Amino acid sequence: MSIQSWLLTSALISSASLSHAQSTQALQARSWAASCAACHGTNGHAQPGMVSLAGVPQEVTVQKMLDYKAGRIPAATLMHQLAKGYSDEQIVAIAAYFAAQKK
Amino acid sequence: MQRRQFLQTGSALGAMGLVSGCATVGGGSGPKVVVVGGGYSGATAAKYLRMWSEHKIQVTLVEPSDAFISCPMSNLVIGGSRTLTELTTPYDNLTQRHGVKVIQDRVDSIDADKRVVKLAGGAELSYDRLIVSPGVDFMWETLPGMNKAGAKDKVMHAWKAGQQTLTLRQQLEAMPDGGVFAMSIPLAPYRCPPGPYERACQAAEYFSKAKPKSKVLILDANDDVTSKGALFKKAWSERYQGIVEYRGKHNVTDVDVATNTLKFEFNDDIKASVLNVIPAMRAGDIAVKAGLATANKRWCEVDFLTFESKAAKNVHVLGDAIQIAPGMPKSGHMANQHGKTCAAAVVALLMGQEVNPLPIYNNTCYSYVSSKDVVHVASVHRYDAEKKTMLTVPGSGGLSSAANELEGVYAWSWAQNIWADTLA
Repeated sequence: MSIQSWLLTSALISSASLSHAQSTQALQARSWAASCAACHGTNGHAQPGMVSLAGVPQEVTVQKMLDYKAGRIPAATLMHQLAKGYSDEQIVAIAAYFAAQKK
Repeated sequence: MQRRQFLQTGSALGAMGLVSGCATVGGGSGPKVVVVGGGYSGATAAKYLRMWSEHKIQVTLVEPSDAFISCPMSNLVIGGSRTLTELTTPYDNLTQRHGVKVIQDRVDSIDADKRVVKLAGGAELSYDRLIVSPGVDFMWETLPGMNKAGAKDKVMHAWKAGQQTLTLRQQLEAMPDGGVFAMSIPLAPYRCPPGPYERACQAAEYFSKAKPKSKVLILDANDDVTSKGALFKKAWSERYQGIVEYRGKHNVTDVDVATNTLKFEFNDDIKASVLNVIPAMRAGDIAVKAGLATANKRWCEVDFLTFESKAAKNVHVLGDAIQIAPGMPKSGHMANQHGKTCAAAVVALLMGQEVNPLPIYNNTCYSYVSSKDVVHVASVHRYDAEKKTMLTVPGSGGLSSAANELEGVYAWSWAQNIWADTLA
């Protein structure tokens, strides 16, 4: 599935009334995103000195992660190593979760 | 979220509670979870259980200490660049912001059939699900001399941050220039694989400034450095040349505390000015006592989808106490991830939802090779349904290319963030 269709799918999930399957998918994305919280703060609300992810538009986070994954960010310390642990679809789902959080 | 389904589940559990004599005082009707131990995994689980159940699940955290003291960063106290106060966080926010009931006590026993824990102070707590996160305790039986009167007051492990950390720092400060600080490291697995080597760097930096004729002697039961080996060895040979000496295959079998001497399985005795003995470890006492430590009677085997114990139903085990999956370190960061994975699963189980079939989480571990320069190791772990365990994702993870100051800034920021994620 392409990134565009995933973005569309996750947009539908967040707007539609939640069926059981969709709810499961949303909770899974929440769990995956919670892993990032150890460094980026609960629900993406970081302490000073670290990048906050809450409220960042989904496409911005997706692009950043794909750039890390592809080695396109020259000064990366470790995010390029972590980004390679996630599929593009998982990155899209995680980015959607953070985009939906209040800044 | 399926509120109606949750309410049905909640009332069903309430009824079950009444049947088994577990009705709560004060009208709380939600399911009850008791968390044993408020470290990186237990405190995180308590907070996220409240958040993700929208405060429907009643959570009680039982913790003997009056505040959380972080083991990560505590080597900086030994090196002298940070204070223990900076690493200490009260449990207040768990109560005030999240409604976790915190009881300062120790769990004395677990009755998994009746679903009741008894506290040392005499109180009994019933639960629908129990989370056991006791960290590690030491296998003192492997070091007979350490069981003599006063031995544990003289030779520090400093592997649980607190008074031990401060005492070890004081011992290094009191050591005359030209002295030898000898550290012993147990066979893996132990809590925080790179921790001993980071500590050696911290002591060495302090010696290089304050008492340059002194030495750090690392006596490792393992064949070689167990984590970030090339990066630590580079620091020892370049930054701390002539100060740090590393010796692998040195398995301590006894300690003569009267003469400050280490005894080994195969090597000659070594006497030093200050000893730091890090003993072999196992799951915390309460986990062993409750029969949860089924792997070599040391570590607790769990289902990695839920962290439910393989030995007891409705009992989950987290953090350093578990039998780890391949490539999974016993680290504070990993414990925080266990806490959230377990919290999501327990909420799902108590609400009749599907448990996430594909947990994915990362580990990020920073080590200070000086008071400013840092190296990391990172990894991503994904559930393997066939092997029923967590495996590192191929091609992910890695190490710093070299120690650097930027990661020193990130490391301290990591600490602020994970403390907030765990406790605030």
